[in-house]
Amino acid sequence: MLENYLPVVVFIFLGVAFGVGLTLIGWLLGPSKPNEEKNSQFECGFPAFEDSRMHFNVRYYLVAILFILFDLEVAFVFPWAVVQSGLGWFGFVVISVFLFLLVVGFIFEWKKGALEWE
Amino acid sequence: MTLDNVYLTIALSPLLGAIIAGFFGGMLGRKVTHTITIFGVLVSTVFSMYVFNIHVLEGGDIFNNNIYTWMQVGGLNLSVGFLVDNLTSVMLVVVSFVSLMVHIYTIGYMDKDEGYTKFFSYISLFTFAMFMLVMSNNFMQLFFGWEAVGLVSYLLIGFWHHKESAVEANLKAFLVNRVGDFGFLLGISLILMYFGSLDYIEVFSNLGAVEGVTILDGSLVITVICILLFVGAMGKSAQVPLHVWLPGSMEGPTPISALIHAATMVTAGIFMVSRMSPMFELSDVALTVVMVIGAITALFMGLLGIVQNDIKRVVAYSTLSQLGYMTVALGVSAYSVAIFHLMTHAFFKALLFLAAGSVIVAMHHEQDIRNMGGLYKKMPITYITSLVGTLALIGFPGFAGFYSKDMIIEAVHFSSLPYSDLVYYAVVAGVFITAFYSLRMFFIVFHGKSRVDSHTAGHIKESATSITFPLIALAIPSVIIGYITIEPMLFTGWLDNSITVSSRHSSMAELSYIFDSAASMIPHALLTVPFWMMVLGIATAWLFSLHKTEWADAIKNRFHRTYYVLDSLYGFDRFNEIVFVNGVKKLGLLLWKVSDMVIIDKIVVNGSAKFVGFIGSIIRPIQTGYVYHYAFFMIFSLLIILTWTLFSGNNPQLNVEF
Amino acid sequence: MTNNFSFEINSLLVALPEIFLLSSIVIVLIIDLFLTSKFRQATYYLTQLSLMVTGILSFNLIGHPETVIFSNSFILDNMASVFKVFITGSSMVAMVYTRHYLLQHSLYRGEYFVLVMLAVLGMMVMVSGYSMLTLYMGLEILSLSLYTLIAIARNRSIAVEAALKYFVLGAIASGLLLYGISMVYGISGSINISDISAFAHDPSINSRDTLILNFGLVFLVIGIAFKLGAVPFHMWVPDVYEGAPTSVTMFLSTVPKIAALAMLVRILVDGLGSMHDYWSDLFLALSLLSISVGSVVALMQTNIKRMLAYSTISHVGFIMLGFVTGVVSGYGAAIFYVLVYVLMSLAAFGVIIILNNKGYEADQISDYKGLSKNSPWFALVMLIVMLSMAGVPPFIGFYSKFSILQEVVSAGFITVAIIAVVFAVISAYYYLKIIKFMYFDESDKDETISAPMDIKLILSINGSLILVVGLFPDRLMNISMSLL
Repeated sequence: MLENYLPVVVFIFLGVAFGVGLTLIGWLLGPSKPNEEKNSQFECGFPAFEDSRMHFNVRYYLVAILFILFDLEVAFVFPWAVVQSGLGWFGFVVISVFLFLLVVGFIFEWKKGALEWE
Repeated sequence: MTLDNVYLTIALSPLLGAIIAGFFGGMLGRKVTHTITIFGVLVSTVFSMYVFNIHVLEGGDIFNNNIYTWMQVGGLNLSVGFLVDNLTSVMLVVVSFVSLMVHIYTIGYMDKDEGYTKFFSYISLFTFAMFMLVMSNNFMQLFFGWEAVGLVSYLLIGFWHHKESAVEANLKAFLVNRVGDFGFLLGISLILMYFGSLDYIEVFSNLGAVEGVTILDGSLVITVICILLFVGAMGKSAQVPLHVWLPGSMEGPTPISALIHAATMVTAGIFMVSRMSPMFELSDVALTVVMVIGAITALFMGLLGIVQNDIKRVVAYSTLSQLGYMTVALGVSAYSVAIFHLMTHAFFKALLFLAAGSVIVAMHHEQDIRNMGGLYKKMPITYITSLVGTLALIGFPGFAGFYSKDMIIEAVHFSSLPYSDLVYYAVVAGVFITAFYSLRMFFIVFHGKSRVDSHTAGHIKESATSITFPLIALAIPSVIIGYITIEPMLFTGWLDNSITVSSRHSSMAELSYIFDSAASMIPHALLTVPFWMMVLGIATAWLFSLHKTEWADAIKNRFHRTYYVLDSLYGFDRFNEIVFVNGVKKLGLLLWKVSDMVIIDKIVVNGSAKFVGFIGSIIRPIQTGYVYHYAFFMIFSLLIILTWTLFSGNNPQLNVEF
Repeated sequence: MTNNFSFEINSLLVALPEIFLLSSIVIVLIIDLFLTSKFRQATYYLTQLSLMVTGILSFNLIGHPETVIFSNSFILDNMASVFKVFITGSSMVAMVYTRHYLLQHSLYRGEYFVLVMLAVLGMMVMVSGYSMLTLYMGLEILSLSLYTLIAIARNRSIAVEAALKYFVLGAIASGLLLYGISMVYGISGSINISDISAFAHDPSINSRDTLILNFGLVFLVIGIAFKLGAVPFHMWVPDVYEGAPTSVTMFLSTVPKIAALAMLVRILVDGLGSMHDYWSDLFLALSLLSISVGSVVALMQTNIKRMLAYSTISHVGFIMLGFVTGVVSGYGAAIFYVLVYVLMSLAAFGVIIILNNKGYEADQISDYKGLSKNSPWFALVMLIVMLSMAGVPPFIGFYSKFSILQEVVSAGFITVAIIAVVFAVISAYYYLKIIKFMYFDESDKDETISAPMDIKLILSINGSLILVVGLFPDRLMNISMSLL
């Protein structure tokens, strides 16, 4: 059973070896002559204006979550669409119930003001 | 209405009354309260008579059914059920009738009392408990009823709880009954142990299983069980030496003295032994014990009645003595005679108590008979009914008590148990004593010179109708009930389906051999010793209390030692106080010092508290409040469990080939 | 396969209570959106109505022949129906207590009611789940609703903290549960309870499969033990109980226990009953740990909600003890215990909620000082509950402990029974401590506590039931015993 996993081990080994190997070669062979200019941020530009970990507006998350919700909805609808001819009315009713529930959620969030930015 | 509904109604209608009176009595007012409770008991009375008619007069089948299963533990079935046969029917009629009379009487007697509605609630509750006791079909319910009637009895003895003596009497009754109940409970436990059931019928039908089985030092199990059960009966029915609480119980209001401490509850022991007759019949030893204890109670408690001056205490000692008679009857296997006497006694003793209560009310709660006298003119109804009660009590030919007491004496006469001849003399002597103290009290209270102080004398008048009506209603059965029921009850089989008498005990058989008819007993009585003992008693009483009152004092002085013994009630109270009360106090002190202070407080309580605290202090730091600690703890526990699963013996082989 | 998709009205009728409840949720959600605050009360009454109708529908299904629908993933049997009735019923009682609290603490929002209904739906799915995934789905519906309910008091940082802890730890537990499911699925090839049962019962099952099944079992048990709050997966319980708004604490400490028990029965008894030898040891360890830790640590709590949290843990130990026996009557005793526990716990939190009115957060045990003088009736109910929880006869708590111990003894675990009794005695201490505070200490506050009529009524019924059922336990006992 375990021998089935041999290719995986080989891949892991190769991946690690490749990454470490190339870095190692660069470190061994490359010249290293740092100076002040070279060590400053963005050697070719200017110092950063702000921290790279910037704050997002909290509403962004709300919208993002809502987006994922309806994004996933489509993910369910696709497979249904593929076989819907075979499912007939039953399939139609089922997907309608599914969509109806999501619409209820949509109404809720809309009415609650989750979609308004300000 | 099916029969089980009838029985349920009998039991539950007083309970309903009690609940309404207890919780809403204050709201409803006195009139509504007593109407409701009396109606509840009236319903029971009517249905009891109906049940009596069905079972006894029409010879209906025994009813034995579980109404409700309370719980099942293992194979043991604890349930509420009714066993109604002729014995139960007789008890139902007696209890409900006396209870009804007492309810009516209470209207007049408790008129000015603050606890009016509470009192009605209690006596209705008592009636319910008594019904449950007599209708029970298993030992658990019997015990429940037993304790419930006891509970109400304590509540009522201490009803006037502002009186210190009432509270003391209440405590005494409680403690003494605990002794009896302990024996009773042990007996029930033994029954459960040996028969595996608490159902009467199941136990009775398996009695063969314990035949010859012995316990501990080799005494027969059945004897031990019977004696233990009888210890319970001794507590409830106040047999020597557990009798000390009954005179004290007179501290309670008079209606309950009549209902609980004369007519019904104290006879529960008699009823119980009769109900268990199939068991008692198997043990001559137990029967002898029963008989001897009964005889001692009958004789010696009667003697105490002679020296009492409190009107209620005289009646109380006469009750003790009569209970002794019933117990003697049980001992000689004349169960039906015991029940017969129980019934007649219930009527005439309730009557005597209520009459005494009537006198007490008229005398403005004066209970010392030395301060009475010559009341017959002022209270004619009380006078006549008291006379009827007294004659019934002393066994004047024709009255109810005559038949029942005569039958007991005869039954003892025919008994073949050891000591039965001594017991015979005791009960015959008891007749003289009964006549003496009863008539003494009667003469002193109603005849002779009035010794009432002048202030009270002007107010004495016959009591209200609510008091006199029960007196009259009880006087009638006190006269006739014996004449009517002696033949069917004792000889033509009213109680045959409830009572078992072994063929070895022949008293009843011989009694029926000599019995001719109720009427012919009266002339025949003139030729018997008990009759002349009674006449002698009456004459002596007349001599000492009316004719030559100074003789009484002379004798008292001449035999002052005897008087002292009687006056100090044979020293039972002193003995209990010195040995039990002080002994227990000392023991308690010792135990408190050694076991409580050292073992329990220091080692068990403080020690375990410290130990628990120690464990807690180990566990508590884990609860840090940091979610990553929690998560780590969960995963860690998971790993431990998995490891354990892997290595525990329960598991299949570890050397699995992967 | 296509057969399973055929649209059969009859099979939907079997799930009618759930379908009705889901529709009600949708309707209540929409209606609440358009209600002005003046008519907000309507949400409450609609919720109660929906729960009641759901309960009645479930009640009507009692006695329905056992039916499995939705591709063998949803079962209707007597246990499911009876549990659904109890779940809806006790949720209704909880809602009565809750409304007052929500109004007092300005938490009265439509979402609260919708979330409670969703949680009820989740629990109903759990009791009817007949495949691992249905069960898991029910559990998640329940859990997600509960996380949100706790956080609904979002201005109180302690509530948010509790919600987050519960969520994170719950997610881990869910992960473990799913992992267990996947292991069982991997070895048996099915997520269906009856297929798994057939697989585990197969006498030709080899030892390797047994071991993997056993590992899966461990994960499954841990997942559910977390939900029940058994030691050592109990860490969230006190924090969440303390942090959550009291009405939520009441809800999450009572009703979900029924559903979790049902899930336990489905997976362990129906599915892996033949593995009893393997999981009974695990249960024994968990239950003894729970009883001991619950009893001992509760002694030191000063917050009554935390104290009840540990008390719950100890009760859970007793419930799990019923499973150790491995006999039907033992499971019945566990069911009996859980129903009794819900009854007692509802009453306890009912009193706490009443005392929790504005400006007087009665979550310290010392707040109960002198309660008997200020409000004797509530004190009496609390007295009954505490005595019952301590296992004093004739209250129902005695009988439930007694029946569990009786089963444990008859299964031969006498030592275990003794240990359990010892800890039960220890736990009596902190129940009695509250009684002592209520009856023998002087209050430092001096106001009488008032409550609306509906709460008083329900609380009185609830309290007296503890006594009445204690006097006549056989009816409930028979129901519990007949479910398996």
